[in-house]
This record gives sequence, C-alpha cells and structure tokens, in this order.
Amino acid sequence: MAELLELRGIGKSFPGVTALAGVDFTVRAGEIHALLGENGAGKSTLIKVLTGVHPADTGEIRLGGQLIRPAAPKEAEQLGISTVYQEVNLVPSLSVAENITLGRQPGRFGFLNWRAIRRRARAALARLEVECDVDAELGSLSVARQQMVAIARALDTSARLLVLDEPTASLDEKEVAELFAVMRRLKADGLGIVFVTHFLDQVYAVTDRLTVLRNGRLVGEYATADLSRLQLVGRMLGREVSAADFTPGAVAAPVAAAQPVLAARGLGRRGAIAPVDLTLHPGEVVGLGGLLGSGRTETARLLFGIDAADSGSITFRGAPASCGSPREAVRLGLAFCSEDRKAEGILPNLSVRENLVFALQGKRGAWRALSRTEQAQLCEHYIKALRIKTADAETPIRNLSGGNQQKVLLARWLATQPAVIILDEPTRGIDIGAKQEIEQLIAKLRDDGLAVLFISSEIDEVVRNCSRVLVLRERRLTGEVAGAELNSERLMHMMAGTHE
Amino acid sequence: MKAKSPVFWPVLGLAALVLLNAVHDVGFLKISFLEGHLYGVPVDILTQGSRTMLVALGMTLVIATGGVDLSVGSVVAIAGAVCAVLLQGGHSLALTLAAALGAGLLAGSVNGLLVARLGVQPIVATLILMVAGRGLAQLIVDGQVIIIKSTGFEFLANGFLLGVPVAPLLVGALYVATHFALRRTALGLFIEAVGDNETASRFAGLAAARIKAFAYVFCGACAGLAGVLAAANIRAADAYRAGENMELDAIFAVVVGGTALAGGRFVILGTAIGALLIQTLTTTMYNLGVPPAIAPVPKALLIIGVSLLQSDKVGRWLGGLVVKKAGA
Repeated sequence: MAELLELRGIGKSFPGVTALAGVDFTVRAGEIHALLGENGAGKSTLIKVLTGVHPADTGEIRLGGQLIRPAAPKEAEQLGISTVYQEVNLVPSLSVAENITLGRQPGRFGFLNWRAIRRRARAALARLEVECDVDAELGSLSVARQQMVAIARALDTSARLLVLDEPTASLDEKEVAELFAVMRRLKADGLGIVFVTHFLDQVYAVTDRLTVLRNGRLVGEYATADLSRLQLVGRMLGREVSAADFTPGAVAAPVAAAQPVLAARGLGRRGAIAPVDLTLHPGEVVGLGGLLGSGRTETARLLFGIDAADSGSITFRGAPASCGSPREAVRLGLAFCSEDRKAEGILPNLSVRENLVFALQGKRGAWRALSRTEQAQLCEHYIKALRIKTADAETPIRNLSGGNQQKVLLARWLATQPAVIILDEPTRGIDIGAKQEIEQLIAKLRDDGLAVLFISSEIDEVVRNCSRVLVLRERRLTGEVAGAELNSERLMHMMAGTHE
Repeated sequence: MKAKSPVFWPVLGLAALVLLNAVHDVGFLKISFLEGHLYGVPVDILTQGSRTMLVALGMTLVIATGGVDLSVGSVVAIAGAVCAVLLQGGHSLALTLAAALGAGLLAGSVNGLLVARLGVQPIVATLILMVAGRGLAQLIVDGQVIIIKSTGFEFLANGFLLGVPVAPLLVGALYVATHFALRRTALGLFIEAVGDNETASRFAGLAAARIKAFAYVFCGACAGLAGVLAAANIRAADAYRAGENMELDAIFAVVVGGTALAGGRFVILGTAIGALLIQTLTTTMYNLGVPPAIAPVPKALLIIGVSLLQSDKVGRWLGGLVVKKAGA
C-alpha cells in the first residue's frame, strides 16, 4: 500500500517543555491508523503540527510523496488534511448546510448562493450515507449528529487525510457503531484516517495499524492485530501491566442492615427522567448505567439540586431533606463531579489552590475564610495523596492536563468530607494511568464509608467498580443488578432492553 | 520566568505621563506646604481624581463578576441631588450622608435584582437606570441647579485633615478597607470564581446570584458616596452634568488597571492607578491648553496604548523584537 502521509523526525518545543522529539508517523491510503498515548504523550501536538496549528521545529512532512509545510489550518485543509476535533467546533445557531460550507460558501460578490450551499451540504452528507435535514439548526441535533456534520464539513474540501481527534468521547454505543461504519466507508474510498481515542475497544474494533507515543517520543508502530491489549497498555504506560491491575479487589457487598445515607422516592422531572427510587448506603459504590441520553446525568442533577424535581422526595440519614440547590446539597454532605469538566467543573484562570479549596470555602461561607496555612496544608495533602502533577499550587488549573484537573476537582470535593459523592464520568478523556488511580481512589472512598454514585459509559468500568447497578433506559429506571448477577453482558442487555 | 505584576503597565504609563509633564513644566512635581496645607499639581490630581477612583472601585467588583454597571454616573447625580435637597431643607449632615449612601445602595439593589435574580444582561439592566436615573435626579431637584451652603459638607471634598486633602484620604481608606475585606475573607475568591466560571461556581455550592448582587450593591454604594464628593466639590447639585461619562472613565480605569472585562481576576491597586492615570491625563491636557472639545482624543490614544501593552499577543511581538535586537 502507498504511504499517504510520512512524518520524519518531527521535533517541537514550547518554552520549558519538549513536546515532541524525533517522532516518525506514517499513514497509508485506505487505512485507519490509531494514534495512542497517555495524556502528555504528544498526540495533540503531533496533530497540531500536522494540521498547521503549530509548525514543527525540526523534521519533515510528506503528503503523497510531496514535501509540505502547512503554516495554518486553512493551508493544511487546502493540501487535503482535514481535522475533526474532540469538541465539535461548529456554530450551533446556524443550519447544518451553513456549518458544512462555512468559510467557503459558494456565491458571488458577497451574495450567497443558497441553492448551491444546500446542494453541497447534501452531497457531503450523502457521501457518509447520513440522513439529515440540511436546514435544521445544528444545535437541535444530537451530539452524534453534530459530529457527523463536522466530518461532512471536513470532507467537503477534497480531503485525502482525515484526522479524528477523540470523536467518540460523547457518543453512545449505537452512535459509535454508526461513526465506525462511516469511517470504514471512507477507508474503502481510499482515504487515510488518523484516529485518536482513549477507548481501547474501539482501537481493536476499527483500526488497521497503530502508533504509540510516550513523553513526546515514538514508542513504536504496530499492526493492530499483532499487539495484544495488555501489550498495548504496557507500551502506553512504559511498564508491563499485569492483568491484576484491571481487576479490582472483590467489591464489598453493601451492608444491608445499615441505614441508607441518601434515599430518593419517586424523584422525577418531566422531560428529563421518570420518577426514580434510589437508595445509597455508606460504604457502597452504586452504578448508574445506561446509554447516553438514558437519563443518568439528569438523575444526578436532580439529586444534587441543580434542576428542580417536580415529584418525589429525598431523605438524608432517615430525615426528610430538601435539595433545592447545589448549595443545600453541599451543606447536607453531598458532592457532585460533573461530566463536563470544562464548563461545569474548573475555574480555569484560578489557581490549583483556589480550585481545590473552593467547595470547602463555599460551605464555610465568605466570612470564615480558610487561612493561608490551612489552604497550603489541604493542597499539600491532596496533591500528594492523589498524585496531582502540577508545578505548584499557584499554577492556573487550565495549565494542567485533563486527568490532573479531574483529580483537583475530586480533591475539591473530598476536602468537604462528603457523605455521598456523585461521580459523573470521572474518567472521561483522561489517560489510563490517571484512570486507574481514580478507580483505586473510588475503592478507598468506599472503604472509608462514603456512598458513591458512579456514572460511566464504559460498561467494564461500571462492572469493575460497582457492587450494585441501577440501569436507566429512555429516561426511566428499568432495572437493577447486584452481586453475582452483575456482569458486562447482562448489563449490556439491560441497557439495550434485550434482557429477559 | 516570573509572571509580570498585573500593575506593571499602568504604573509605567503613569510614570511616563508624569515624566512628560515634569519635562514640560518643572513645577509640575512641586509640592509645597502653605498655611498648613499641601499644595501642588500632584495634590490636585489626587483630589480631583478621587471621585473616579471611588466609582472605579465599585466597578472593579462588578466587572470581576463578568458584568458592567453603566448606571454609576446617574447614581452620582441622584446622590448629589438627594444631598442638595436635604441640606436645603435644613436636615443634619449625618442624615444627608446616610440618605445619599442609601440612594446608592437602593440603585445597586435594583441593578443586582435585575442582573442576578432576573438574569437580565448587565449592559441592558444598568442602561435602564443610566437613562432613568438622570431623569430621577432632575425630578428630585425639580430641574434646578441647587447651590449647597454647608461648610461641613464642603469639607468632605475640599477640606484638609492635618494638611492632607480629605477626599483622597477618604477614598484611600475605602480602598484599603475594601482590599482587606475581600482578601481576608473569601469574598474576593467568590467574586473571581463567579466571573471565571459562574456555572462551575454554582455547582460547587456557591450562591453565585448573591455574590453578583453584592457586587452591584457595593458598586451603587460607591457611586452614591462619589455623588456626595462631586456635589461637595462644586457646592451644588447639577442633575444634568454631575457624573457625566463617569461610567466610561470608571470602566477605563478598571480595564487599564489590569482587570479583564471578561471577568475573573481583579486588581484593586491597578484600578486606583488606572483612575489616577486618567485624571493625570485630564490635568495634563488642561495644563497644555488642549481645548476640552478634543480632550477625549488623547485620552482614547492612551487607553488604546495601555490596553495593547497588556495584550498577550502584542507582548509576545514586543518580546520577539527585543530578542531579535539582542541577538543581532
């Protein structure tokens, strides 16, 4: 097969950091090539070099044998390198057709040719075999559909190489399957596809070859079929991993006799989630399973008082409690790590210290300020305990990697010494090492007597961490599995609604 | 590399302006002690600039929450009108001051209610009071310019305490008190958090709406007190002209002082320097004989200059020039 893209000896430094050193990367026409590595391995930088966001310091890039040096994303696009980023970079208030053609609308003298715009958009979507109303407002579509539109937009130019940077992070299984079907079709058309992902299942499901990076260096290039999952993880982490790392200790059975710390009866909200009964005991990890859009996050938001419930009641340690706002929930002893770290979690320009003490300080109120010494002690303790990688506590949190930001947010909640902690996708978009550490932390919290409500899209993760799982489907609670019956297959059936 | 202090550029701008003046007129920096009082151009700048400084102090907090308060100029006029009417009616100075402060608090509460509770865009919400407030001030003084005759009242703006002018002393004390009130409690952190990411602040258990409302109420109070100083300075309540364009000067002072208009981190010291920078420029132009009609032009140029210096992009570009020169 022809080498479509060849990167040789790529080096890139930023002030104080070497992001890439001597990295080679090759993609053939008609293949799906995974680019893997932990956070900080240099995947994003490599993609940015390739797409002209950051020009490389050293090395050369060849596309179809021709030496290229893209200096801007637009240039890369014209050369045939199109990119779809992790977060959909489109304009929600414009129509699908406008989004697909934005910046290159056909027209004359500043007047747009709407017929041509729609025609081009339809053609672009037809190539993906995606059915979609091109006049619909983009924001009204599901994230998966928006992703398809983003791909259609990328292919609207005469792309030869398509870069997909974590396109599946917010898709459910069915949507992932749809995306993969599209990717395979494009591959058959002779396109080269670079696929960046954190999900190993997906690597094995769809890619032909893969390249692993670690700490800005090339670890190796492999045919996907030749490398076992365990070997792959070993390459990414730079150490051999035993299978034991991925099977947690026996999950403690819930203490049935104990009084539930939090119980909800008939808690629901029209249009979000049908009334749900739910109990959490101290020392147990309860999973909330279900596909994307099944009402998992909606349930968490009701419990934490972000959205107002229109039915049902909550009792905390046996006493009726009101959770009308996150403020009341925090005062009760609840904590909630949102799935959307950037929009609902971090205070980006404030320091690690300020982010870390924030919830505790909020609980104490403005007047009882934590002294500088107390704050320093909290930071020192949690930075060490959770192995948060940061230059120091005064670094703005936006400079940390996703996994470390997540750890700071966990520390923010642990500092309030909650009785119940709700973790909504705590491992999304973070690397394997941090993922394992967070899972270990969850086990420790459970042993310390916290009640954990765990939400995740990764079925294996739910099975590994939870002793009991409530399954939601189409915005209602459809079942519960616990103990010996809890396994991935059964869970999958319950989520899909194919059990019994 | 150590991060540059946020007040670096405003201090540099102020120093450059003072230097320019000193070169033009050697007497500019001269401070003399006459009849037990301090006299000199720098003292005048402090005295005349104290009102903008005070309004800008409140504006800093509002901008830090990610909002803006356009009504401060009108609140200055309202507070001045309230003072004039009460003093004319023979009421005590204490009651007058309390009423002026109360008017400011009330105005701030209206803004806070509209922005924080009802979710109206800050520009729109405060524009309402900006327009209506001036009418209200006219209504209070019945469209007249009321002359104020009260030595105690006048003392606030033009008096001296131990030889030092009272107005800048008062405002300086308020700056120091505000700084400690915000940094020794967690209030400052809460304000910055709300401006940085309101949703995340709320989800972490903060009463974000209350924090925002507080900023507007505080801003209203500052504007009310500034209205007292403005009326005392000219010994009259001029509902038509008092506090005119003051909202713009205050916003300039805050932004030039290093607080981002997008909200988040605030720099109280920077605001004070920004306000002094603007007042020094006004005085400079007066000294140079620039006609008042074209005075806004140099002011605009200065603000563009300082804002450009603060932009990361320009900073990198300038940094690049320096490195190139050093390399050549």
